[in-house]
Amino acid sequence: MREPGFTADGTWVGASVKRKEDPRLLTGRARFVDDIHLPRMLHAQFVRSSVAAGEITSVDLSRVRDVPGVVAAFTAADLDLGDITAVLDRPRSEFVPTAMPVLARDRVRFVGEPIAIVLAEDAYAVEDGLEAAEVTYRAGTPVLSEEQALAPGAPLVHDEAADNVLLDVSMFATEGIDDIFADAPCVVSVRATTGRQNALPLETRGVVASWDARAGQLLVQTCTQVPHVVRTVLAGCLGRPENTVRVVVPDMGGGFGIKCVVGREEIAVAAASLRVGRPVKWIEDRKDALTASFLAREQRYQARAAFDEAGRILALDADVLCDMGAYSCYPFSAGIEPLMASAEMPGVYRVPAYRVRGRAITTNKAPTAPYRGVSRPQYVMVMERLFERAARELGLGPVEIRRRNLITTFPYTGVNGITYDPGSYLESLNLAERVLTEEGWYERQRELAGQGRFLGIGYSCFNERTGYGSDAFAKRRMAVVPGFDISEIRMDTSGTVVATTGTMSHGQSHETTMAQIVADRLGLDLDHVFIQQGDTDRVAYGWGTFASRSITIGGSAVGLAAGRLGDKLLHIGAHLLRTRPDNVELSGGRVRKCDDHTRSLSYVDIAEVAYLKAHLLPKDVDPGLTATASFDGIGDGTFSNASHGVVVELHAGTGQVEILRYACVEDCGVAINPQVVEGQARGGIAQGIAGALFEQVTYDEQGEPSAASFIDYKVPTACEIPDISIHHLETPSAFTGNGAKGVGEGGTIGAPAAVLNAVNDALRPTGVELDDTPITPERVLGALEVRWTTR
Amino acid sequence: MKPPPFGYHRARDVAGATALVAELGEDAKFLAGGQSLIPMMNFRLARPAHLVDIARLGELSFLRRDDDRLHVGALTTHHEVESAPDRSVRGFEVVREAMRWIGHLPIRTRGTAGGSLAHGDATAEWCLLAVLLDAEIVTASPRGSRVIPAGEAFLGFFTTLLEPDELIVEVVFPKPAPHAALTEFAERRGDFAIVAAAVDLDVAGGRVTGGRVVLGGVAPVPLRVPAAEALLGAGERADAELFAACGRAAAEAVDPPDGPGPGADYRRSLVRALVARACEEALAR
Amino acid sequence: MDDAVNDKVLLSLDVNGSEHEVLVEPRRTLADVLRHDLELTGTHIACEHGVCGACTVLVDGAPVRSCLMFAAQAEGRGVRTVESLGRGDELSDLQRAFTEHHALQCGFCTPGFLMLAEGFLAARPDASRAEIREAVSSNLCRCTGYQTIVDAIEDCAARRRAAERTRSA
Repeated sequence: MREPGFTADGTWVGASVKRKEDPRLLTGRARFVDDIHLPRMLHAQFVRSSVAAGEITSVDLSRVRDVPGVVAAFTAADLDLGDITAVLDRPRSEFVPTAMPVLARDRVRFVGEPIAIVLAEDAYAVEDGLEAAEVTYRAGTPVLSEEQALAPGAPLVHDEAADNVLLDVSMFATEGIDDIFADAPCVVSVRATTGRQNALPLETRGVVASWDARAGQLLVQTCTQVPHVVRTVLAGCLGRPENTVRVVVPDMGGGFGIKCVVGREEIAVAAASLRVGRPVKWIEDRKDALTASFLAREQRYQARAAFDEAGRILALDADVLCDMGAYSCYPFSAGIEPLMASAEMPGVYRVPAYRVRGRAITTNKAPTAPYRGVSRPQYVMVMERLFERAARELGLGPVEIRRRNLITTFPYTGVNGITYDPGSYLESLNLAERVLTEEGWYERQRELAGQGRFLGIGYSCFNERTGYGSDAFAKRRMAVVPGFDISEIRMDTSGTVVATTGTMSHGQSHETTMAQIVADRLGLDLDHVFIQQGDTDRVAYGWGTFASRSITIGGSAVGLAAGRLGDKLLHIGAHLLRTRPDNVELSGGRVRKCDDHTRSLSYVDIAEVAYLKAHLLPKDVDPGLTATASFDGIGDGTFSNASHGVVVELHAGTGQVEILRYACVEDCGVAINPQVVEGQARGGIAQGIAGALFEQVTYDEQGEPSAASFIDYKVPTACEIPDISIHHLETPSAFTGNGAKGVGEGGTIGAPAAVLNAVNDALRPTGVELDDTPITPERVLGALEVRWTTR
Repeated sequence: MKPPPFGYHRARDVAGATALVAELGEDAKFLAGGQSLIPMMNFRLARPAHLVDIARLGELSFLRRDDDRLHVGALTTHHEVESAPDRSVRGFEVVREAMRWIGHLPIRTRGTAGGSLAHGDATAEWCLLAVLLDAEIVTASPRGSRVIPAGEAFLGFFTTLLEPDELIVEVVFPKPAPHAALTEFAERRGDFAIVAAAVDLDVAGGRVTGGRVVLGGVAPVPLRVPAAEALLGAGERADAELFAACGRAAAEAVDPPDGPGPGADYRRSLVRALVARACEEALAR
Repeated sequence: MDDAVNDKVLLSLDVNGSEHEVLVEPRRTLADVLRHDLELTGTHIACEHGVCGACTVLVDGAPVRSCLMFAAQAEGRGVRTVESLGRGDELSDLQRAFTEHHALQCGFCTPGFLMLAEGFLAARPDASRAEIREAVSSNLCRCTGYQTIVDAIEDCAARRRAAERTRSA
């Protein structure tokens, strides 16, 4: 086998090959879930709660059923489905499981909660039907903030959660930490809040459910990142054996985490389809996607850090509170955000003492799901703010203080018990600084300061844990442990290979990058390798795509399976070439003798024997060319890392934050496809900028969400997202089959911190610091005008 | 997000269109480019029982100089104005340049001057321009034709003087405004302005001898600001100091709404900056 | 065509150079008629209020939001969708530029950007990068960060200009 190389000629891995996915996507021939049309198919939409909290006193659907085109309408009582309940393997003192009913029964907990499903002959009539629904409520007082949730005697969102707290963990608490803070020469603190965001895939959620009488299966075509998980929950809620449910995922228009949890609508649509005996399609509209889907990221940090005179961090103490909204998502639970933050907050720094309390509260807002980065964009922002603040106090440069604290010897086991594999933390930061320095941005900053203009330069330095295995998730005490991946590979008589993966690409290019891995292992042309995903009948079980696990775990499994198939090809080839097994190798779609390259057999020749002339096979070899392999994350996974450097200008008069320069130095180990890596980084950074400067869902005092359209939910456009230069470093992972580390989330993780630091650098002359996101122009101008009024 | 049902009718001429809307009653509406109406219908915030499509009335699509006046037909799209050659908008460049603030290209290819005026959004560029330049809005209805001075056209939040069966035929800008400019601020490219400012300066010998200032986003209608205009009428030298003072005067004179969204203080700050910026741009033109 | 109230209307539509007749409610948007009545599912729907641009098609050569147009309004006009680009399995120059520059990831927004760029470049073949960026700001993409979309359109425009120079030389 050839060594994979970043730029090496002759290997697929490391080459920016054009994507296998592109032709169908570019020509309009892809098939997304809304492109599926089945005979007799009905269209579904949901009657949703108009109040944030309360008892349902009546649901009258009789007028709905009279609307022309409406075929049926069902309430929770009509469908009688099991609840969706995420659990953690933790005591009640730490975690309270709460049930999410598929349709609200007697109680509603957020505006937009589904109460009834309406089915009609077309997508227009079904909305006419919704307007005829009559629901009455005994409205309660909604709980909409940390203060309201934790107030003594607060109304309860779930009766089981006595104080509106779903998760409360205190971790690490290094002995003597209070003394360290008491004695430290420098203690800085940060209080920061981050806005509630929507992951916002351009394709909203959607599902088509139908009964396949020939297979005796419910066929659910749904755009999910986790097809097997959806199958498991569907079978449970419907009370059916799992083998009678098949989940198939068509092309997917993004997910970013919002589609890695089970949606109650997926279950309701399937149940309604079984009930009426017709295919049913549900396509979430944008209003529902913005208000009634899964949101993320609303967190509050109260953190302090102690430093010595030289700027070395001595201790970190943090209180993390995450507003998880009305329900716990399956399978991750409402613990996902606080547990991620608590476990990983020390990040890339040598933090000798650490204490953290992480809490998840429940409120009457739309529920939350893991969103690209999961808590890391927030805690990295807080950590980076702590270092910036300490640098100011101690008179150190912001880059210098980081240099003094970065982990530089590996493996490094942190105060949080996590062992970090080798990375390029210091090198990436140095390079980011060098890029901006050599381009003259520091001089430009001084020059503009003289003209009364506000230029700021900011950095972030962070790592991203990828490839969580079963052990790592078990350590988080998840009750279901999504660690491994299984791949089955098959070569047919034409010498073409099909490999399955349990991961689920929704834009990440797995059909290309995993094929690159297989092609190298087998010495095949990329055109002869196909990746199959997203069909629960084709893969025994798979955990899908999230937490940047696909290339690290799925890619490793695919590579292992290809290796096993290669071994079988070699074994048969050696036999047929009448030579020793150690005297053959794979090359260019052939098995050849090592000592005589003119003696070889094509894969087609070998496949012919394996399938059509099995009597010629070695006695110990079964007919056929198939192999299976599984891979599980090793140890604490593998950490990719990056440093970002950002230059912003704040515009006096409007408060606009203009990003003038964005440089990203990333290290994801071996890049399978550098162009794809750059795409992940740029797209991730764009989402990070969105969170730092633009996007937020707020709620009014009745619990009505503020953003029901793209007018109010401000997804940035090409004019707000700058060009981003990507610089590669490569520290290969020892823990994955190909040296790659995950790269899906890094951009999003690093961007808010870098942007926030740059804004605050620009704000230096004002004495104001902004620690909450999003940083709107209104807040920037407020800070700038403080300066004007005090001068 | 599918619109509620309606009856669709296609008009063949102006008289037919207005007669049909009159006959169909209050729940009938004209449909021009639909770029404001259709989104509202998709959210089911607007539910006309009938739409009378006037898009085929080719005679309402024109951009014409006539002596000193600029005539813009009601069905002329923003994009057609944006793409107009220099000679057809000479002296009225502000009208052409303002188009780039309207949404995005695919909105501007469908949205029309008349549709925007009839919609009556107080931050809409056509409404601001009409008030700034004392435009005449020419309409037709079964009762005949009339001319509405732009200053009287806008009554309140999305409310105009137009009768339900009254169709805008054209908007006429009565005299050239060589030193006029419109500028805006929004968080994202193409968004509705938080605040928009339009100014028209009379400039002679390096001095400002008069001017008009109109703001969007600070009141339910496009707002003339006499306090700021007074500063422009004093014959002061046309310089940054005067324009900054004009911006401050405008900011002090307005009483913008305080949320939801951007607060009153912020809108006032934007007025200060944008009026000054618009003056600079108007002078530079 | 007149006097239809709530009833279905018979429309004759010119889409990608072919005439199609559909019998639909007047409220049906062009986007839905293209996707579900004509089964041209390359045009996507992602907001239905005219902001995201996933449904962008060309009408008489100009990019428009097909979610903000009733199919009835498109009668008598020429509609072009993503299915008209390229020939058979051969990608057009614009489509090739998108794949070469990795200007798409999930690909859901891509047909809208292709039609936007097609309409924009037809009118503005000499557009600068800044002008291209402003045109690209018409549509939303959540995957790429836009840079490679701008790159692809800029590259395609440059190649078209070069080809034009060669032709006229």
